[in-house]
Amino acid sequence: MILEITSGEQEVLPGPRLFNMAKIKLKIDDREIEAEAGTTVLEAAKAVGIEIPHYCYHPGLSIDGNCRMCLVEIEKIPKPVISCHTRVAEGMVVKTQTENVKKMRNSVMEFLLINHPLDCPTCDQAGECRLQDYYMQYDRIASRFAEEKVHKNKMVDLGAGVMLDQERCIACSRCVRFCNEVSKTGELVLANRGDHVTITTFPGKKLSNPYAGNVVDICPVGALTSNEFRFKKRVWFLSKTESVCTGCSRGCAIEIHFEASKVYRLIPRFNPQVNSYWMCDEGRHGFHFVNENRILKPTKNGVEISASMAISYLAGEIKNLSPASLGIVAHATLSNEVLSILKELGTSLGTQVFFSRNEPHNPLSDHFLMTKDKNPNQMGINHMGFKPLSELTQGQSLIVINGLSKKDGELVTQKKAKVIALFSANESELSKNCSLVFPIPTFAEQNGHFTNGDGLVQAFKAAFKPRGESKEIGVYLHMLLAQLEDKKPRVAFGI
Amino acid sequence: MNAPKKQLVLTNRVGIPDSHTLAVYQKTGGYSKALSKTFSQTPDGVIEEVKNSGLRGRGGAGFACGMKWSFVPKNTGKPTYLCVNADESEPGTFKDRLLLEKDPHQLIEGIIIACYAINCHTAYIYIRGEFDLSYKRIHKAIEEAYAQGILGKNVLGKNYALNVYIHRGAGAYICGEETALLESIEEGKGQPRIKPPFPAVVGLFGCPTIINNVETLSALPFILSEGATAYKKWGTEKSPGTKLFSVSGHIQKPGVYELPLGYSLKKLIEENCGGMTAGKKLKAVIPGGSSVPILTAKDVETMMLDYESAIAHGSMLGSGGVIVMNEDVDMVWALKNLTRFYAHESCGQCTPCREGTGWVDKILYRMLHEGGTNEDLNLLTDISHNMMGKTICVLADAMAMPVLSYIKKFPDDFRNHFRRTGSSPRAKVI
Repeated sequence: MILEITSGEQEVLPGPRLFNMAKIKLKIDDREIEAEAGTTVLEAAKAVGIEIPHYCYHPGLSIDGNCRMCLVEIEKIPKPVISCHTRVAEGMVVKTQTENVKKMRNSVMEFLLINHPLDCPTCDQAGECRLQDYYMQYDRIASRFAEEKVHKNKMVDLGAGVMLDQERCIACSRCVRFCNEVSKTGELVLANRGDHVTITTFPGKKLSNPYAGNVVDICPVGALTSNEFRFKKRVWFLSKTESVCTGCSRGCAIEIHFEASKVYRLIPRFNPQVNSYWMCDEGRHGFHFVNENRILKPTKNGVEISASMAISYLAGEIKNLSPASLGIVAHATLSNEVLSILKELGTSLGTQVFFSRNEPHNPLSDHFLMTKDKNPNQMGINHMGFKPLSELTQGQSLIVINGLSKKDGELVTQKKAKVIALFSANESELSKNCSLVFPIPTFAEQNGHFTNGDGLVQAFKAAFKPRGESKEIGVYLHMLLAQLEDKKPRVAFGI
Repeated sequence: MNAPKKQLVLTNRVGIPDSHTLAVYQKTGGYSKALSKTFSQTPDGVIEEVKNSGLRGRGGAGFACGMKWSFVPKNTGKPTYLCVNADESEPGTFKDRLLLEKDPHQLIEGIIIACYAINCHTAYIYIRGEFDLSYKRIHKAIEEAYAQGILGKNVLGKNYALNVYIHRGAGAYICGEETALLESIEEGKGQPRIKPPFPAVVGLFGCPTIINNVETLSALPFILSEGATAYKKWGTEKSPGTKLFSVSGHIQKPGVYELPLGYSLKKLIEENCGGMTAGKKLKAVIPGGSSVPILTAKDVETMMLDYESAIAHGSMLGSGGVIVMNEDVDMVWALKNLTRFYAHESCGQCTPCREGTGWVDKILYRMLHEGGTNEDLNLLTDISHNMMGKTICVLADAMAMPVLSYIKKFPDDFRNHFRRTGSSPRAKVI
């Protein structure tokens, strides 16, 4: 098994990676640079920090060359060329800052804006809109357009939770190419011609692929917005944290967008080893458990008590039990750090460690990103040698961390085992029936690592502090071991 | 130069009854000398002959035909395709329609010659959807040719296979642009592709493809049977041969005229076409289809119908669609008519064309109905410059060039549409 640690922070350049390709020397804005053969001018410029503005170009999609924003001048070529499509060549002299290039950018901005509605105050994209950004960076010229704008449909529910405002669309065709090339479902098409061109689905059909949410991310303007996110939060209030999706064993790199301990959306983060630029909708919408249905205080028989009180109750129970009659049940959604603490606890108490896991639910697994295993860290469980719950002995007492699946719950009842304590972030049937309940944070509130289905270890970071009185497992166990005086820890837990 | 009494290259059979049938075509020398000469030499020999003839593409750009053929890469392991551009939809142009209706076999013979030269065994004729009779005639002609063994597994008994298919367009002007035409044959939306790669290298279904105009291919039987030298007898040194001119507008005798290149435009209008109607004075002439810059009556005096003279007069020979306008024509109205066409036909792909065509059209509409200002003229000029040379295909240029030339050559017509009060309507909006 190859284990690699990736922080997801590396700057990976988009574009075709060709091995053993010769380096090509060229000049961009009087800077001598080197680029691999086959790289485009836009990518070569980006690699050295020269930003060429663009709308239709997306490193994860084919080149369409329609927005004309990335026009540059190249010596010995009479006409301006689009840098997203022009490959670097030896001795090429590219100019991205001439008066002519600036005028071309101004004119493309002017053309894009003449029929674009002045919706910014009510547009969800405001704050992360390429039209706004580039207008401020490259244009800042008053409109000369005095005619009536072209009017189109402003609310088209494309399906899959994606809302289209046809008037805002700049026809860059990113979403169309995404559906053709990435999800390979081809639902979207650019219909009509000229300034009446619109994104649409085929008559009677809807956008209905499990990756549809990505079209909202790649839309450079406010044409495609997410039903889940729209009008919930202005984007400039949101903070961002790098994380890993917990939806399945793929472990897509994501960003958590949050404000004040509330997650508003998850978006994919580029990771060439796992998910490229994309993520599935199931993962994208799978953050509500962070915001809702949370256990925020420790309880004993439904009555809120302090954490130290709850821990001493638990210590009392453990003292009365023999190590063999006690068991710890971890969950395949826990981080490697938590798992190793539990493993150590099992060893120091001399008790068995089991695991429970989310059961696979079909048909949401496919050729692309979604896997059948709906646990982010089954591989971590396997590596650390947790036992399946079927090896449970009759009448065992269990400390459960992060809940039990339905099947495992039935197994526990069947074996007449008793859950003496539950550490969980969310309320469940089990939390209602369990006498001792401890709140723990979700993945959004702690640092950690998951080992994905391919054995890749990825870090996720805490977006905000644990909600309510929830504490990380390590904190509880430190308190617990302090109370179990005769069973001192062999290792000090790094909390 | 005198007009030839008898038209000699393209329109020889036009007056003959049933000229579209195989029987008449063969009786008048078709499918014999040109093809036997073709098959008696190597494909490179045929390309050489066509290069020597100086034949230039008649679709509008005037690119040397033999040169284009020689761009086809050899031994790619992929088939080569020939696409016949019969999507004639440039306003004012109706020459290919005549060839398709009156002499479809001449085109088929030209296709055979071109295919042999570029080692191609499959040809597609992309015909404009609105061409009904043309479609029927070319369809029937292909059936006749197959029945006679002129097309099919063994062309004229030779060890050479050629299949010809017809693809009918659905009414989009842009599908006459060669890469949009390929997209359309591949069942995609008619949108031009980014170049490079050029179709000669990566074209139809990703294979090397040559796209030739109907008129270009129709000239090949003559060039092969009579030789390049005979063809070069007509025309100028740089623009040899004859060309069809479809003349319309305020003239006595509109129609298609086959003329040697280098023929005087004034003579065409005054002699061949019988002069202006109702004794009106000439005001303007579009010499090569609606997309080319317009000429004034003064330009017409010296303009010769060849590629070089057209450029020297600030215009282009284009498709040879000559539109003649008399003194009563309001050039703003005429331009508005054209811009409506381009705004409607822009495929909507590139930003400058998609937005610019519509914008220009709206400004002209306002000038016509509410009156404009001098600022509007500056704006129109600036928009046109912002559109030119910045898009995937030349449709944007095709609208920008007329706009610029109409404003430059007929400023008084535009001034007539200025608002009397002098206040800019834009002031109110902002």
